[in-house]
Amino acid sequence: MTVDALPVPGPLLEARSIDRSYGRTQALREASLSVTAGEILAIMGPSGSGKSTLLHCLAGIFTPDAGEVWFDGRRLDTLSDARRSELRRTSLGFVFQFGQLVPELTVADNVALPLLLGKVRRKQAYQRADGWLKRLELDDLGERRTGELSGGQAQRVAIARALVARPKVIFADEPTGALDSLTGEKVMELLVGLAREEGTTVIVVTHDARVAACADREVMVRDGKVTDPYADEAVR
Amino acid sequence: MTVPLALMGLLDREPSYGYDLKRDYDTYFGRGKPLPFGQVYSTLGRLARDGKVTAGQSEPGDGPDRKRYTITPLGKQEVKVWLAEPVAAEPFLQTVLFTKVVLALMLGHDAERYLVTQRATHMRRMRELSEIKRGGALVDALLADHALFHLDADLRWIDLTTARLGALAETVRRA
Repeated sequence: MTVDALPVPGPLLEARSIDRSYGRTQALREASLSVTAGEILAIMGPSGSGKSTLLHCLAGIFTPDAGEVWFDGRRLDTLSDARRSELRRTSLGFVFQFGQLVPELTVADNVALPLLLGKVRRKQAYQRADGWLKRLELDDLGERRTGELSGGQAQRVAIARALVARPKVIFADEPTGALDSLTGEKVMELLVGLAREEGTTVIVVTHDARVAACADREVMVRDGKVTDPYADEAVR
Repeated sequence: MTVPLALMGLLDREPSYGYDLKRDYDTYFGRGKPLPFGQVYSTLGRLARDGKVTAGQSEPGDGPDRKRYTITPLGKQEVKVWLAEPVAAEPFLQTVLFTKVVLALMLGHDAERYLVTQRATHMRRMRELSEIKRGGALVDALLADHALFHLDADLRWIDLTTARLGALAETVRRA
């Protein structure tokens, strides 16, 4: 192993004092957060506290008005839109509250989509998608349209789609918010279990403490500021 | 367990007589379960024996003679430490959490910091319970779920109280 191949020490993803406003409403104020590779982090906070805005800034969907976002040793917020889009496609995965699958496509098409957009050959893309559908016990649903799925099935497809390109980070915004307790628990077990197997970092935004309890640690966002209850080692 | 510390907390605000202490305790923490006079005086007696409060000379009043109690530096220190330290995360803790928050506000301690610490203690226990669920049998999972739902209820109370600390502080200090 050469020195260049050694993993870079320090956080995989970091927000440094970021601000973000919508008109006169300041959603984030000097928000700072650091996430290490393989960590599963929950971002909690009341409605409107800025937690989803923080997630969108960390994922390069929004750029902050001030401050910096670093991902894997690179500054993310100063990249062009095209470079950030490419990075999202190759290195980041997303699971949203309502799945946000493409309803006109089949389950297999949805899971293969990130690979097809990344110019992976069609045959190879569908083979990999089928592999993930098997791991998530969805292989008998591959030809179904996503509109025919239950909420829990749709979220499992969303997890398969998020993981298919082997991203370094998965961002999940209220992934169980539309599900009943038992289905939500199963979805979180799958997401966390598979992420641990793959060594994938997960950042999950949730207002549900039982979902956050599946993570390694949690931070609170209140009035746009991040509070890390474990920053003081005496508390941890 | 909470009664001696609550009484010391009330004395940390100002020296007081046994009767007034009972009245204040019942107002803030009694919640339909008033503290018997006998328990007030036996608790104050033990606290005096342990050097945490001192009893003044008997003073004649309208009724029976009464003593004025004052908290000592040892008692003050015990209250300060207790108000800052989180309670072990177990279900049915609301009364203790409530007592700590009200006393902290009354005495001008950092109630928000306490709630952040308590929240972290709850979350740590919830993570342990989630781990038990992952590896355990269904019976273990159901027991863990029972504790998780109760701790979740505490957490909702902690979050709501954190959001209302300003208003609560005004109410407590005005009373």
